[in-house]
Amino acid sequence: MLCDSCKERDSVVTLTRSSADGVVTEEHLCDRCAVARGIETHITQPKQPLADFINSLHQQLPASPHDGSRCGFCSGTLRDFRNTGRLGCPYCYATFEATLRDLLRRIHGNSKHLGKRYQPPPPLIEEGATVLAELRDRLRRAVEQEQFEEAARLRDQIKVLE
Amino acid sequence: MTLDLSLLPDGGVSWLDASGDHSGIVLSTRIRLARNLEGFAFPGRARDGERLRVLSRVREAVGGASSLRHHVLVRVDDLENEDRLLLHERHLVSRELAGLDPQHPVRSGAAVFLGPGTGVMVNEEDHLRLQALRSGFALTEAYAALERIDDELGATIPFAYHQEFGFLTSCPTNTGTGMRASVMIHLPGLNATKEISKTLAGLQQMGLTYRGLYGEGSEVVGNFFQISNQTTLGRSEEEIIEQLMYVLRTVISREEDARRVLLRDAGYIIEDKLWRAYGTLRYARSLTFDEAMSYLSGVRLAVGLKLITGLSVYTLNKLLIFSQSAHLAQAEGRALTDSEANLVRARYVRQLLAEEAGTNG
Repeated sequence: MLCDSCKERDSVVTLTRSSADGVVTEEHLCDRCAVARGIETHITQPKQPLADFINSLHQQLPASPHDGSRCGFCSGTLRDFRNTGRLGCPYCYATFEATLRDLLRRIHGNSKHLGKRYQPPPPLIEEGATVLAELRDRLRRAVEQEQFEEAARLRDQIKVLE
Repeated sequence: MTLDLSLLPDGGVSWLDASGDHSGIVLSTRIRLARNLEGFAFPGRARDGERLRVLSRVREAVGGASSLRHHVLVRVDDLENEDRLLLHERHLVSRELAGLDPQHPVRSGAAVFLGPGTGVMVNEEDHLRLQALRSGFALTEAYAALERIDDELGATIPFAYHQEFGFLTSCPTNTGTGMRASVMIHLPGLNATKEISKTLAGLQQMGLTYRGLYGEGSEVVGNFFQISNQTTLGRSEEEIIEQLMYVLRTVISREEDARRVLLRDAGYIIEDKLWRAYGTLRYARSLTFDEAMSYLSGVRLAVGLKLITGLSVYTLNKLLIFSQSAHLAQAEGRALTDSEANLVRARYVRQLLAEEAGTNG
């Protein structure tokens, strides 16, 4: 049976009304016309919860001249981020600060942290020194083995830590 | 390595005991904080050695933290697939940490420190995911427990933190507080009265979101919704929790109203439907997980409406967790095919319900 309202689609709902004087009328409505009158025909949970939408926001990051530039610590790029939705390391936030500030505003409506403040513990000197020593070791090995790309990456890492 | 969950102080399931506020409607409360260590690439990008170094730093820090002194370290990367699934079914580790997706196998260095009501996942999407799980509606308590762990660990390991952006995370959707506070809530009344879509749309307008039983990407089964904050930046932890509490109180009272309306307007139809659900669970010989969930949802509603008495919410909670595939396989001591699991599940449900029955008729 066609919808009484639009006369185009099949009706799925029958609306039965009885007036005060006992006259009963029936109206057949399609899905869309029923919804238009505020009658729910079935349970419609939003197909795409907000979470999914926000999780895909990174893919809409406009291309920028910084796309190819690499993070000095992990050598990740904005292009990597657009593909995976994940950043490579904490230092990416400094490398791509402007782009990420825009993105954070779009996701959260804000880029200013108003929660718990944090003061990292004073670095143990020996510990920083161990990491640096290890990186320098790896740098030396990379140069010896003529792995120059790796060597450049390590040099940048050392620079960041120094 | 085989996993013996009885080694855990509470088997990791004290949150099932239905002791918390509104525990008929609110199954559990969970809060997690995402934290990362300075000086290391995020786990997704780090090399094996780097992740292992992260784990050993965390291990050291955990050793000195009084809030974590009862915690047991489980090396998830050493576990067989079934045991990792078991931890996930028990809501103790995320799908990602358990490496359950074939295209994202478990990472080296993936581990979890488990203790009563709290846990610390290592080398998940972020270096650290601190989580607290509580029975019923208990956001404030859950956050208090987490904050102690956060303070203690953060005082020994330098967390990645930015003056403007706050705590830095692998995914910018978590940056700032790194906090996701969520409540697992059972809304059969709103579903039956068809109010649910309005409620869910309302949640989204308030910046909240919902998921299924297992968090991100999981479907809603058995009318269980996990409701949580969506944004993590620009509001304090307390504000996020307060808003969630406010909205959830409204949702709970709407659910209670919907249940009253159901009983008033469709009394015997509802009563019949719920008893049929109970009957099926009591006597069925084969049950798929989704089927079991949907009947359990009905029985839970019947208990809430006091149509069925003498059946505890704790038993219903237990059924929810222990009727999952990996739990059934563990109880049987062998791997089960789907159809075998359906038979074992039905038997398990029958047994548990029979033990509690007697007073009803």
